[in-house]
Amino acid sequence: MKNKIIVMLSLGGLFILLILAGLPSPASAHHSPACLITRAKDSPKLPSPTSAQAPEEKLFEIKARNFVFTPNVIQVNQGDLVRIRLISEDVHHGLYLDGYEIQTSALPGQEGTLTFVANKTGRFTFRCSVTCGEFHPYMVGYLVVEPNSPFFIYVFLTIALALANLAFVVLRRS
Amino acid sequence: MSEDKLFGLIDLNFRFELTKFKLVRALCKSRWLPLLLILFNLFIFVIILLAGLFGGYSAGNYNFGIMMVWILWWVLLILMLVPGFARMWCLMCPFPIFSDWAQRGKLFEVRQGKLGGLNLKWPKRLSSMWVLNLAFLATTFFSGFFTVRPFATFILLGIIILVAFLTGLVFQKRTFCLYLCPVSGFQGLYSQFATAEVRRKDPEICKKHTPKTCFVGNEKGYGCPWLRTPFDFAKNTYCGLCLECFKTCPHDNMALNLRPPGVDLLVDTKREPRGLDEAYKAFIMLGIAIVFYLAFQGPWGVIKDMVRATTLEGYLGYITFHTVFNLLIIPGIFFLFAYLSKLFSGNKEVPLKKIFTNFSYTLVPLGLGVWIGFSLGIILPNGSYLLHILSDPFAWGWNLFGTAHFPWTPVLTHLLGYLQGATLIVFYLFSIAYGFRSSRQTYPDLPQARRGWIPMLGLLTLITTAFLWLFMG
Repeated sequence: MKNKIIVMLSLGGLFILLILAGLPSPASAHHSPACLITRAKDSPKLPSPTSAQAPEEKLFEIKARNFVFTPNVIQVNQGDLVRIRLISEDVHHGLYLDGYEIQTSALPGQEGTLTFVANKTGRFTFRCSVTCGEFHPYMVGYLVVEPNSPFFIYVFLTIALALANLAFVVLRRS
Repeated sequence: MSEDKLFGLIDLNFRFELTKFKLVRALCKSRWLPLLLILFNLFIFVIILLAGLFGGYSAGNYNFGIMMVWILWWVLLILMLVPGFARMWCLMCPFPIFSDWAQRGKLFEVRQGKLGGLNLKWPKRLSSMWVLNLAFLATTFFSGFFTVRPFATFILLGIIILVAFLTGLVFQKRTFCLYLCPVSGFQGLYSQFATAEVRRKDPEICKKHTPKTCFVGNEKGYGCPWLRTPFDFAKNTYCGLCLECFKTCPHDNMALNLRPPGVDLLVDTKREPRGLDEAYKAFIMLGIAIVFYLAFQGPWGVIKDMVRATTLEGYLGYITFHTVFNLLIIPGIFFLFAYLSKLFSGNKEVPLKKIFTNFSYTLVPLGLGVWIGFSLGIILPNGSYLLHILSDPFAWGWNLFGTAHFPWTPVLTHLLGYLQGATLIVFYLFSIAYGFRSSRQTYPDLPQARRGWIPMLGLLTLITTAFLWLFMG
C-alpha cells in the first residue's frame, strides 16, 4: 500500500511540476502585460533587458480573414516590445492572447491594436475572441517568445526518461 | 501473486473490488441501472437532435447540439469515462435502446425465450475491428462539418440511430455496438488502459456452473448482449459494461474492480488474442489526432480550407492524404521499426507480424495521452460557451439559468501547452513501461528482448517529441 501511495504521489508530483513550469515567475509577473495594453500612438516604457539579446520593438500587422490569421505564427525574443495591429478583411474578428490574457478586436476599416512586453517565454496561442462564423473556434495563431525553453525542457525530460528506461532494461537481471 | 510491478511499485495483479460495497453491488444487480441513465441520455439527445434541426446559428459554438456532443460529451469520454471506467459510455448510450426494445419487446422486465427480430449472426469474416476502423476513419472525413454545423451533427446522429435500429432488427443483440458503431472501436482499444474492469471472481465457481447464465440469460437478465462470455473475460475491449452478467449470475461471482491502468495491454489469450485490427485502430487514432490537431488547433489556413471543403479539389486532397496517412504511412513507419526490432534482437524465428502486432499496443497509452491533450485544447478555450447554450438551447432567446449572456471566457489557457505536454509525458511513461514487457512477451529470452526493445523505445520517444512540438514547439 505504501508503495502504491509513493508511485501515485510521484506521478502526481511529476505532473504538477511540469505544469508549475508554466506558471509565470515572480519577475515576469511583476511586469504585468495587461497594464501595458495601449494604442500604437502611446509609448510605453521599454522593459529592462531580461535576455542576452537587447530587446527590440517589433510591429506585426495581422490580417484576419476567413478563419485565418496572416501571419499565423509570429516570433519575438523575450523582453521585446510587441505591437500588433489587427486588421479585419471580412467580418468582426477578435484576437485574444493566451498567457498574456490581453485582447483586441477589429472590424473592416477599424483596426485593433495591442502593445505588450513579451516577458514570458514559450509558445502562446492567439485566438479569435469574437464569434465570426462556423470555424470561429478553430481560428488561431501562435506567438513564439524565444527562447522557447518550456518546449526544450519537456523534450529533454522525455529523452531523459527514455534513457532511464533503457538503463533499467539493460541493468535488469531477470 | 505476480512479482511484476508497474514502475517497480504497483503490483499488476492488484485489484480493489468496488462491488464488495453493498450499494454498488445492489446498483449493478438492479434493472434500473443502466436503464435510468439511458433514458436520461435519450432525453438529452432528443434536445441535441432538435437543436440540430431548429437551433439556428451557423456558428457551432452557440448551438446546443454541437457543444453538447463535440465539446462536453467528447471531452468527458476521453478525459474521464474511457481512462477511468472503460466503456462506461456504452453502458449509458441511448442509441441502441430502440433495437433493444424491438428485440425484447420490453424496456424494464426480462423477456424469456427467443428475442424478436431476425437474430442473424454477423458474418465471421467481419467479426473484428476492421469495419469499426473504416467506419471511424470515414466519419472523420466529415469532421469539418459535424463539429461546426448543427444540421450535419443532426444527420450524423440520425444515421447512427437508424443504422443501430435496423442492425438490431436483422442481427443478434448488440451487433451494431460490436461491429459497426463508429465510436465503439477506439473506446474498446483505449478501455484496455482503463482503471476499472468487470471480471469473474472465482474461476472454480464459473467452471462448475454449467448453465452459464451470464451467456444464455435467465429470468433476472439477458445473456451477454455483447455476445461475450463474461465467465472468462480477460480484457475490456468488448465488454460494454451493460451489467447484465451481474444480474444473471446466481452466485454473485462477477466483480467490478479498480486496477492498475493498462494491465490489459499484456493480455494475449486464445479467446481474446492480440490482432492486426486492434493494431490498426491504434495507428488510426494516432494519425487522426495529428490531422485533427493540424486542422483544428493549428494556425494553418490551408489545412482548415481543405477540411471544410472550401474547394472540391482541396477536400478530395484532404480525404486522400488522411486515408493514406492513417492506413499506409503510419503503419509503414511502425513496420519499419518493427523490422529494426527484429534485426536488433538477432532472432530470426519470431514472425515479423507478431512483433508488429505486439508492439502496436504500446501506442495505446501514448495515443490516449495525445487525445487527452487534444481534448484539453478543446474544452479549456471553448468550455464557457456551454453556459450559454444550457440557458438557451434552441437559440430562441431563452435564459433558463441566467447564463445566456455569459461572455466567452477561456479557462487556464495560459497553462494549456504545459498541461498537454505533461499529460503526454505521463502517458509516455506508461507506454514505455508496458513496452518492455511486450518485448519480453515477443522474444523468448531477456537479451533478445532488450535489444529488440531499443528501436521501439526510439520510435515512442520520437512520437512523443513530435507531439510535444505540436503542443508546445
